[in-house]
Amino acid sequence: MTTDSTPDQGTPLIEVRDIGKRYGSIIALSDVSTSVRAGQVTCVLGDNGAGKSTFIKILAGVHEHSDGEMLIDGKKTTFGSPRDALGRGIATVYQDLAVVSLMPVWRNFFLGSEVTKGRGPLRRLDIGFMRKTAKEELAAMGIDLRDVDQPIGTLSGGERQCVAIARAVFFGARVLILDEPTAALGVKQSGVVLKYIAKARERGLGVVLITHNPHHAYPVGDRFMLLRRGKSMGDFAKAEISLDDLTSMMAGGAELESLTQKLEASMGEDSEVTQEFKAEVDT
Amino acid sequence: MSTASASPDERVASRSALSRIAARPEVGAAVAAIAVMIFFSLNSDQFLSMAGAGVWLESASTFGIMAVAVAMLMIGGEFDLSAGVMTGFTALVVGILTTNYGVNIWAAVLISLGLALTVGAINGYMVMRTGLPSFIITLGTFFILQGIDLAATKLIIGQVTIQGMTGVPFYDSIKPLFGTPITIAGGTFYVSVLWWIVATAVATWILLRTKAGNWIFAVGGAQQSARQVGVNVMRTKIGLFMTTAGAGWLVGMISLFRTSTVQANTGVGQEFIYIICAVVGGCLLTGGFGSAVGAALGALIYGMTFQGITFAQWDTNWLRTFLGAMLLAAVLLNSWVRKRAETAR
Repeated sequence: MTTDSTPDQGTPLIEVRDIGKRYGSIIALSDVSTSVRAGQVTCVLGDNGAGKSTFIKILAGVHEHSDGEMLIDGKKTTFGSPRDALGRGIATVYQDLAVVSLMPVWRNFFLGSEVTKGRGPLRRLDIGFMRKTAKEELAAMGIDLRDVDQPIGTLSGGERQCVAIARAVFFGARVLILDEPTAALGVKQSGVVLKYIAKARERGLGVVLITHNPHHAYPVGDRFMLLRRGKSMGDFAKAEISLDDLTSMMAGGAELESLTQKLEASMGEDSEVTQEFKAEVDT
Repeated sequence: MSTASASPDERVASRSALSRIAARPEVGAAVAAIAVMIFFSLNSDQFLSMAGAGVWLESASTFGIMAVAVAMLMIGGEFDLSAGVMTGFTALVVGILTTNYGVNIWAAVLISLGLALTVGAINGYMVMRTGLPSFIITLGTFFILQGIDLAATKLIIGQVTIQGMTGVPFYDSIKPLFGTPITIAGGTFYVSVLWWIVATAVATWILLRTKAGNWIFAVGGAQQSARQVGVNVMRTKIGLFMTTAGAGWLVGMISLFRTSTVQANTGVGQEFIYIICAVVGGCLLTGGFGSAVGAALGALIYGMTFQGITFAQWDTNWLRTFLGAMLLAAVLLNSWVRKRAETAR
């Protein structure tokens, strides 16, 4: 369903230029520019309250932007609703994943978009097709399930995340927006999810990965956009930035420096607290 | 892209067939039904005769029809406490319209159906719009209908029992549909048993094989998630409340045309029995899990116990104690099944 129409690697699917959002007198987001390209992962990094949610809500069609412009496939666009965004192939996987834990994996996969066969009162679910497709699509994402009939609640958090991603991909997503997919996961599960993100990229999708963890973003990301207090701190290609730079920018490197100096001044350079703090900042 | 073969995964076989069956919602009820049947057949000679079977099947059938509808509603995450009184309400509407106002009996039956569906739709609409628990909303409609049944009946016909139904024109043309007995090998079987089987089959088909069924499980299991993926929650739930009310109408017609009379307090208190049957059949009180076959088996257990106690010539009040004990056992079993279904293996 997706592979035939895959655009060339690197084609910009979404571009935003100096985009911003105001709620009355409150400026939630301003001057943000970045791009999402086919077969690439754009990471949006920022601490809590940095404006990540506002940014993805604009891309997902939940909110309209109030400043700047958004280009979808090179054309200026404003989304009126999430359905609009979905219609243009932009799918968002939220943190709660929108799955029903007691229902089988395959029913969850097709929930809301069930495939039926037959007519009139005999119109029924095409169970064989849905079961087979769910299994194949998940396998294509590298998720090998024993049994698509098991309730989705029996899967691990990472696997559930992957089912939600695979579902979005199958239903025609060209751009996947993933809202903190690794936030609630342990180290190993996060690795699993990151692997599937890489897989989605290989299939030619543009991925927007929202996270506050640079260690998760750096290995899979091609592009990094940092947000801080509603403003962009820059939009970098992978070649332009190292993991250390990213981490220190995330943590607010300059501010930490000055804090270290203050600590030194007040507590003495050799004090235990200062030493520990320095060590923290340096890593 | 790797292509997975459509053939079942070889690792699936490692899960034993037994544990697979044990995860089905209706298994507990099936085991219990067999146990109850054996128990009463040991305590009474008539129980397993054709005559005896006719009696307990008839008893189970009306409860079964309601339990199946209530089970669907419970899978969808809601309750309907007005389901019991609905059976009396619909029968009274037909009785009063025909005996007192001379309305054509077929028209009266259809008017009654229309009223039932309207009440069901109102129940559903109020639950969805207010976001209040259906327990409270339908408790309200339960009392409203109960009051109407008693007061309006007394006001219009001056008594609390409908009489003279058999004298209504065309009564005989409609009786076969709802109240005909058929004699098979000495046992009397009512057509309601057939309705019960049909209701269970149709409900099972809808739940497991249609989009609507998929949506019922989804709205009961995780309403917000269902909404996010495009399930029409409002339509699904209103449809469920209307189905329950429609089943109440069917049972109302069955009891009216079998006995050719109806009391103003018919059905009051039975709503809990429907819920018990559904829970015994494996429905979770929290929604999202259960089966129509299970609910039908729950009603079968109820019918067998109800009549079995009579056959064995014990005090019929033991029925209630038995029901309560079975409800507790079922709830414990269900919560265990749910835990197994929700946690990673």
